[in-house]
Amino acid sequence: MGVEPWERDLLAKPEMAINSSPMDESTDEHIYFSKEASSGGKSFAGGGCGCN
Amino acid sequence: MQLNKKVKLSVAEKLALAATALMSGATGAADTEDVATESKDNEWSFVGSVLAYNETDRVQAVELLFSADKQYGDAGNLSLKVVLDALTGASASGAIPQPTVQTFTRPSGNGQYTIAAYDTPLDDTFRDGRGQFNVSWTDAIDQDSRYTVGSNLSKEFDYLSLSFNGEYARDFNKRNTTLSAGISFAFDTVTPKGGMPIPLATMVVDQGQFATRDDFLTAFNATRSATEENIDTTELLLGWTQVVNRQMIMQFNYSYSDVNGYLTDPFKVLSVIDNNAQTQSIVYENRPDSKKQHAFFALGKYHLDESVTSLSYRYVTNDWELDSHTIDFKWHFYGDNNTFWEPHIRFYQQTAAEFYNTYLQDGQPLPEFASADYRLGDMDAITLGIKYGFELSGGNRAEIRAEYYNQTPKANGPELVAATKGLDLYPELDAVFLQFTYFF
Repeated sequence: MGVEPWERDLLAKPEMAINSSPMDESTDEHIYFSKEASSGGKSFAGGGCGCN
Repeated sequence: MQLNKKVKLSVAEKLALAATALMSGATGAADTEDVATESKDNEWSFVGSVLAYNETDRVQAVELLFSADKQYGDAGNLSLKVVLDALTGASASGAIPQPTVQTFTRPSGNGQYTIAAYDTPLDDTFRDGRGQFNVSWTDAIDQDSRYTVGSNLSKEFDYLSLSFNGEYARDFNKRNTTLSAGISFAFDTVTPKGGMPIPLATMVVDQGQFATRDDFLTAFNATRSATEENIDTTELLLGWTQVVNRQMIMQFNYSYSDVNGYLTDPFKVLSVIDNNAQTQSIVYENRPDSKKQHAFFALGKYHLDESVTSLSYRYVTNDWELDSHTIDFKWHFYGDNNTFWEPHIRFYQQTAAEFYNTYLQDGQPLPEFASADYRLGDMDAITLGIKYGFELSGGNRAEIRAEYYNQTPKANGPELVAATKGLDLYPELDAVFLQFTYFF
């Protein structure tokens, strides 16, 4: 399992990054936090809100 | 990961180059390539984003996001983010519809709102703005390990949140395996206008029974306790990232959170109904003052010939007996001229918290804890979305996405009061959001 350093061409693409869209993740987390009871799991929630 | 790249210089990069040249005193002696090489250590990158969110008949929101990242050396990274929200609209209060007009006192005690017959009671006093600021710093400890420390501040009219976090990550196996551990502490303060309702106190509604405004306020204030409460959260996050092969990477996270303090929503209420489903009174909700939660998250990304698929699953369980499952799938298709399309689908399902009640029954003893907040009930939700990414004439990237969210609350077992049959106790929620993001 795993690759040699010179085999990382595809893994180095931005869309293969674990968190490739941090802005989208941030807004999604905020929306789902305010509409559903579960949140987090991917990273630290980064601050609560009195969201409705 | 910072990659060395040969790129055409954008406006932001030229600005960064100019600043670097000025700060280093390199006034023309160094050629462009040398300056460009140095600038990689001091390069700012910026992202701006705007989100428009709209729920049918309920909340509307606009959110502006701005982030700035600066690279220091090979591993140092400073990240700053500012978020501004403006929200307006109405939110379900927890009360059930009635065949007659209903009148409710606003949470602040200032005024009333009325709900038409058979309509879901929505509290329309909800207007708020929020500002959020995040800062984080990542740096190497040695060749295989690094740390991140960060802080977050979020402030709205009646809510303040301050958090601090730290994380340690170490690479193994030619950097194919990364293990990480982090901890976060959050300190929230809730200060709703009108104060905190006394748990399960009956809402005082002025229906002409008070001789003066002061008499009403005396009765209203008798349903209030503190004006400020706190919530403290400790969260532990363990992560394992694994490169499987040239085309595939996976991530597994476990997180544990311990939340203590005022977890009740001061704006949510319950209807107390008789056997004919007629509301006898409205009481304020009450939730336990602690919550312990476990979350398990798995993500897999796979690079196909002309696309990248991303599939994740999350299971969350807490000691309120509330469990949830989330499946999220994105498919990133490469297009011509550095464009891409990315369809998205997300499924979410949760079971109700043990103290969730759609309503309470008149004549029965009040439970210790009760909430009719639809967000704590049984529900299914689905999100459908599409994102399009493209390059602008200056070489900077932009993305636009549209998402549709549908939430379907469900009954938690058979209805205790059969006469509620003709009432819409579990209204669906529909939301659409659009987001435009610009990278420069």
